[in-house]
Amino acid sequence: MLGAVVPMAEIEPGCHLGNDFGCGFPAPDASIFEIEPYFGSFTKPVFLLLLGSLIIIIFFLAAFRNSKLIPGKLQSVGEMGYLFIRDGISREVIGKDGDRFVPLLFTLFFFVWIGNLWGIIPGAQFPVNSRFAFPVGLAITVWLIYMYLGMRHQGPIKFFTNMMFPPGMPKAIYVILAPIELISNVIVRPVTLSIRLFANMFAGHLLLTVFTVATFYLASLSLVGILGSATSFLMTIIFTAFEALIQALQAYIFTLLTAVYIAGSLHAEH
Amino acid sequence: MVDLIAELTGSVGSIGYGLAAIGPGIGIGIIFGNGVQAIARQPEAYGVIRQNMLLGFALAEALALLGFVAPFVFGT
Repeated sequence: MLGAVVPMAEIEPGCHLGNDFGCGFPAPDASIFEIEPYFGSFTKPVFLLLLGSLIIIIFFLAAFRNSKLIPGKLQSVGEMGYLFIRDGISREVIGKDGDRFVPLLFTLFFFVWIGNLWGIIPGAQFPVNSRFAFPVGLAITVWLIYMYLGMRHQGPIKFFTNMMFPPGMPKAIYVILAPIELISNVIVRPVTLSIRLFANMFAGHLLLTVFTVATFYLASLSLVGILGSATSFLMTIIFTAFEALIQALQAYIFTLLTAVYIAGSLHAEH
Repeated sequence: MVDLIAELTGSVGSIGYGLAAIGPGIGIGIIFGNGVQAIARQPEAYGVIRQNMLLGFALAEALALLGFVAPFVFGT
């Protein structure tokens, strides 16, 4: 029976390695992401999303409400976050005229980050963005914004011709290049933007669950049980730290790509 | 006559993910290898290099992640 995969829903209570009734490793599958709603369609991710938004609003209101020239402790932290987005992302990618997009990028970064961060906060431990609908909603928002900006700054038809015919290529290449550029800019961009965020959070949560379940499954009073269980627990801790890194990185990449797309819409490639 | 010459049972999607991870794995290795080399040659350009390194990493990684999601979507 060892190594047989049992669906998560059919775990028997007290399922350990070397039990009398023998039960295989209950490998977690996609069913761990299906959570019973509290009421109606109000599920745990929705609750965490609203709570996360509330935390961001309260934190930055508290940080910037009484802004002083010489910032206090809270204001310093808030300004660090703001300057990271403005100088590190907006001005580097878009340039000086990107300053009007800083509120958007700032909101996106912290919204995505806290949504991811719920994955390692004890008690919550569910990354909001591991449900596909949330990244899709964010990606559609970004898509609408950069399409609108492109049509407004370059003209509705010029935007698409600039996109499909980047200058400086041999004429014959455009037969292949034009459709590829169109598909890549209009369809592939939002799809990869959403899947990148979703799959990272999905994989991370699954990984943590595998090691947590293994810690429980291997626990028994034998040499294999103690060593295996302790190793799995150690791996859980290590991967939690790793996840913290990935979560911040994914929020950064999401914001960075949004800035790159906006920059591409504002100015055509020369 | 044998109708079936070879059969594969089990999680084919997992094998697919393994295959899908080869290309992006090589790509990400090249991106970070060259990124570190660039930083070593020109440490003052760290900010720009890191940003572009992460951008390239994100684009290459997306392919591996598509391979990761596929077994869950098309799996039995």
